[in-house]
Amino acid sequence: MPASADSIPGRERAIELALTGAEYDSIVELLGREPNEVELAMYSLLWSEHCAYKHSKKVLRRLPTEGERLLLGVGENAGAVGVAGLAVAFKVESHNHPSAVEPFQGAATGVGGILRDVIALGARPVAMLDSLRFGYPSSARSRWLLDRAVAGIGHYGNSIGVPTVGGEIHFDPSYESNCLVNAMCVGIADPDRLMRCAATGVGNRVILMGALTGRDGIGGASVLASTELGEDDADKRPTVQIGDPFAEKKVLEACLELIDSDLLVALQDLGAAGLTSSASEMAAQGEVGLDVDVAKVPLREADMEPFEIMVSESQERMLAIVEPSKVDAVKAICDKWELLCTDIGVVTDTRHMRIFRGEELVGDIPVTTLVDDCPLYDLAPEKPAQGLYPAPPADLPDRGDTAETLLALLAGANIASRVPVFEQYDSIVQARTVRRPDDADAAVLALPAGEDGTRPAIAVSIDGNGRRVAADPNGGALEAVLECAANLACVGAQPLGLTNCLNFGNPEKPHTAWQLIEAVDGLAKGCEALGIPVVGGNVSLYNEGPDGPILPTPVVGMVGEMPDASVTSTSGFAREGLAIALVGPFEPSLVASELAARRGNAPEGVLPSVALESVLAAHAAVRDGVRSGAIESAHDISEGGLAVALAECVALGSVGCAVEVPELDDVSLFGEAPGRGFIVSGSRELVEAIPGAVVIGDTGGPNLTITDSDGERVSVAAADLREARDGGLRRFLP
Amino acid sequence: MRIGVVRFPGSCDETDALDACSLVADAELLWHGSTDLDAVDAVVVPGGFSYGDYLRPGAIARFSPVMEAVAKFAADGGPVLGICNGFQVLCEAGLLPGALLPNDSLRFVCRQVDLIVERPTTPWTAACDAGERLSIPSKHANGRWYADPDTVARLESNGQVVFRYAPGENPNGSVADIAGVCSEQGNVVGLMPHPEHAVDSLTGSADGLKLFSSVLKERTGAGIS
Amino acid sequence: MKARVLIRPKQGILDPQGQTVERALPALGFTGISNVSVGRLVELEVADASQLESLCEQLLANTLIEDFEIQLDGD
Repeated sequence: MPASADSIPGRERAIELALTGAEYDSIVELLGREPNEVELAMYSLLWSEHCAYKHSKKVLRRLPTEGERLLLGVGENAGAVGVAGLAVAFKVESHNHPSAVEPFQGAATGVGGILRDVIALGARPVAMLDSLRFGYPSSARSRWLLDRAVAGIGHYGNSIGVPTVGGEIHFDPSYESNCLVNAMCVGIADPDRLMRCAATGVGNRVILMGALTGRDGIGGASVLASTELGEDDADKRPTVQIGDPFAEKKVLEACLELIDSDLLVALQDLGAAGLTSSASEMAAQGEVGLDVDVAKVPLREADMEPFEIMVSESQERMLAIVEPSKVDAVKAICDKWELLCTDIGVVTDTRHMRIFRGEELVGDIPVTTLVDDCPLYDLAPEKPAQGLYPAPPADLPDRGDTAETLLALLAGANIASRVPVFEQYDSIVQARTVRRPDDADAAVLALPAGEDGTRPAIAVSIDGNGRRVAADPNGGALEAVLECAANLACVGAQPLGLTNCLNFGNPEKPHTAWQLIEAVDGLAKGCEALGIPVVGGNVSLYNEGPDGPILPTPVVGMVGEMPDASVTSTSGFAREGLAIALVGPFEPSLVASELAARRGNAPEGVLPSVALESVLAAHAAVRDGVRSGAIESAHDISEGGLAVALAECVALGSVGCAVEVPELDDVSLFGEAPGRGFIVSGSRELVEAIPGAVVIGDTGGPNLTITDSDGERVSVAAADLREARDGGLRRFLP
Repeated sequence: MRIGVVRFPGSCDETDALDACSLVADAELLWHGSTDLDAVDAVVVPGGFSYGDYLRPGAIARFSPVMEAVAKFAADGGPVLGICNGFQVLCEAGLLPGALLPNDSLRFVCRQVDLIVERPTTPWTAACDAGERLSIPSKHANGRWYADPDTVARLESNGQVVFRYAPGENPNGSVADIAGVCSEQGNVVGLMPHPEHAVDSLTGSADGLKLFSSVLKERTGAGIS
Repeated sequence: MKARVLIRPKQGILDPQGQTVERALPALGFTGISNVSVGRLVELEVADASQLESLCEQLLANTLIEDFEIQLDGD
C-alpha cells in the first residue's frame, strides 16, 4: 500500500470529480481499499466518458473494423491502411469543449493533439482537414468562435508545416453554445516501421520527451469533456492549454528520426489525462507494469503535487519505451532538436502502475482496473415522439423567385465559398497537393513515383450533416458516409477506410441514446456497403447547452486511393463545348434541406430512400470516368440540390452552361439527396458512354441557364453566381 | 554545382526547397549549427517558422551559427536566396533591405499570385526575361515588405527591386507591390512567394523552377535539361 | 490622460515565446538571464480611466491566459 495512503479523499471527493457513487464503490472493491489522492485522480480521468467511452463502447461494437487493406486498426493511436507500398495513417478527433471556452487555443491544441496521434505511429503528418460547427453567424459569439478557431487551426498547422487541405463548416442554431471543432490528420509511414503503443520488455526505460509539465488542463478530461457546459464556464477557465507548434515541430522531427534510427520499442502521445492515460494504455497493451517517478518529470511550475503531474495535460509531450542501452542515443537526438528527454521510469512485470515521488510510493494501481474495468453502460434509447429541434428563423419566403432563391442559397453561410477560411491555411507545404481546397470535391495528395514513374495518390475528404441526421439518425449517417465516398469518386479515388467523430448530446437521455445507436448503425451500413473498415475515431458526448443538445453530428473522414495523381478532375466546368450529365439515382426531397432551413422548417421528415446498389454503381461510374479521362469535371450534388451544384460548377469553373431538366420546381432544383447524384462534364461521346449518365446540357456562354421541358427557364450570369458565392462567408469574417 | 539549403528548428519548407534544388543541381541540407559552406556554390534560406516565429519572424534564427557563415558567403559574392521566412531572416540579419510586417489583413494568406520579374540580372533571375510573369504560390502572415520612402526610392533607382506582385495581386499590402528585393551587389535575393512550390505543374505551376535554373545558368552557363 | 496597458502571460500559463527567446540567449553570450516572458504593450489616451479595467478584460487582454497591468501617466 502506498505510503501516502493516510490521506484518503473519500467518496464525496470522487463524486466531485464526476465519478458516480457506484463507480467509486467498484474502485474500492477492485483495489481492496480506498484510493488515495493520486489514485483517485487517475481513476477519475481514466473512468471518465472521454477516456473510457463508458456510454458508447457497446454501441461502437456495431462498426466494422476489418478490411483487407487495413494495417492498423482501432486501439492504436490512429488507424492505417496500405496504399502503394506505404502506410497511410489517419484519425479524426474532437476538441469541442476546449474550443467553446477558448477557441484559438482550443482549436490549436486540437490540431496539435491529432498530429501527435499520427506521429506516435511513426508517420509523417501530410495533411489536415477540419470539420467545424457554429451557431448562425448572425450571432457575434458565433463569428468570434469561427474567426478564432480558424486562426487557431491555421496558427498550429501552418507553423508546423502540415498542409490543411480541406474541411467543412456548417452553421446551425443548435451549435450556438456548443461549437464543434473536429480535426483529422493524415500521415504517411513505412509500413515496416509503424510504431505500436504497447510497452514491452521488463527493464526497458520509460522516457518522457518534449515540453515541460505544468498545470495545463488539470482535470480537463473529466471536467471539460464529460459534462455539459453550464453558465459558470468561467470557473473552468484556469485549465486552458496553450499550444506551442514550434515545440511540436521539434517533437515531430525528433520522433521520426528516433524511429528511423530504430531506437524506440513503443511510442505514445500524451493527450487527455496526460501521463496517466499514456502510461496505463502502454502498460495495458503490453500486459506489463510501469514504475514512474514524478520527481523526475521536468516541471514548469515548481510546486506541483504528484497527482497534478500525473494528470497534467501540458501539450507537445510524448512517452517512449526505450531499451536501456539505447537511452543515450535517444538523448543525443533529442538534444540535437533542443528537446527535453527524461528517463522517468521502468517497465516492470508487476502489471501495476506504481507512482513514486523519489523513494516514496504515492500510488499503486493494477493496470487492468484503470484501463479495462471501468463499467460500461447500456443506453436506454427511446425514439422521441416528436422533433427535438426548434424551427430555425426563416429568412427566405416559401414562394420566391427561382433565380433569387438560387443566389440567396449560394450566398448563405452554409453553402458559400470557404476560400476566406481556406486561404488562412497553408494547403501546399510538403509539395504533394495536386488539388487544393475548392479545386475539387476532395483533396488529392500525390505519393512518390512507383517503378514506372507514375505517381499514385490519395484523396481525402471529411463530411457530416447534422440536420439530416436529426431528421433520421440512421439514414442521415448513412448519407454522410455516401457523400464522403462521392467526394472521393469525383476525383477518381476508391475509398479504403473511414474514421469518424461522433458528436452528440447527453447519452443518458433516451432520445440522444436513440440518435447515437441509430447513427452508428447507419455508419456501419455505409461502411459495409463500401466494404471499408472504421480505422479509429473519437466520441464527443454531452454537447448540450442551456438550449438543448446539438444536432446529432457524426463526422466522417475518408481516405481513398488513385492510381495516377495526374489523372483527376476539378469541380468546376473547365471549358466550352463539353456535355454535362447527371449520374446517379438522384431523387431529392426538401426534407432537412438547406432551403427548408432557410424557410424556417425544423429538420424533420422522411429522408429520400437510398438504393445502395445503384448509388455504388454511380460512384463506380464516376470514378472510372475520371480515371479514364472521360470525365473532366465532377461534382457531387449536395446542399442546395441540383441548381446549387450546377451554379458551383459554373462559379468554380471558367464557363457558364445551359441544361434542361424535367421540372423547374423547388424539389427538382433545390431538393437534396446527398451522396447519390453527380454533375459531370466531358466530351459528348465519352460522357454518353458513362453507365447511367443522362446528358442534360452543355457548357458554354456567360450564364447558368436551366430550362424545363415546357420551355420555362431560369438564367443567372456566372459573374453574379461568383459574387454571391464568394462574398457569403467573407462578410462574416472581420 | 551544389546548392545548400539551411535548416533551422522550425523550418517547414526546407525539404521542398531541397527537392526543387535537386531538379537542377546537387543539393544538401545545412544544419543551423554548421559553419562550413565550402562545399556549396549557392545557398537557399527556406521558408517555415524558424524558432516558431517567436518575438519576430527571423529574429532568433538570424543569430544561428550558419547565418554568420551565410553572411560571409554573401559578402564574397556567393548567391543566396531567401524564401518567405528565409527572406525575413535575411532582412533581420541586414543582408537585405527592409522589413517584413504583419499582412495588412492581419491574417495568414495562402494564394497563388502572379509575380513580375523586374530585374533579370541577379543569379536567381538570370533565366527570366524582364517583365516576365510567373505564377507562384504565396503563403505567410508576415509578408508586408516595408522600407521608408527614401530607401524605397534608392532601391528602385538601384534596380534592387527584383519581383513585384502583378497589379491587383498584392496579398499583404507590401509597399509598391514589392515581392522581392536584392542586395546592392545583387547576389542576395529574397522574396515572400515560394518558387520551390512551383516546380511541377502537377502541383499547380512550374514557373518557380526558373529561379533555380537561373542560378545553375549563372554559375555554370548551363541551361536546364 | 495617457495610459499604458502591459499584457503578459499569466503565471503558470505556458509562454512559448518567452521560453524560445530565453533558450536563444546563451548562444549570444548572455548569461544569468531567466524567467523571460513576452507580452504586449498598448498605449492609449483615455478621458475616463475608470473604463480601462473593463476595456482590458473585454478586449485588450484574454484574461483566460493573460494578466494586465494599467499604468496611468504620472503613476
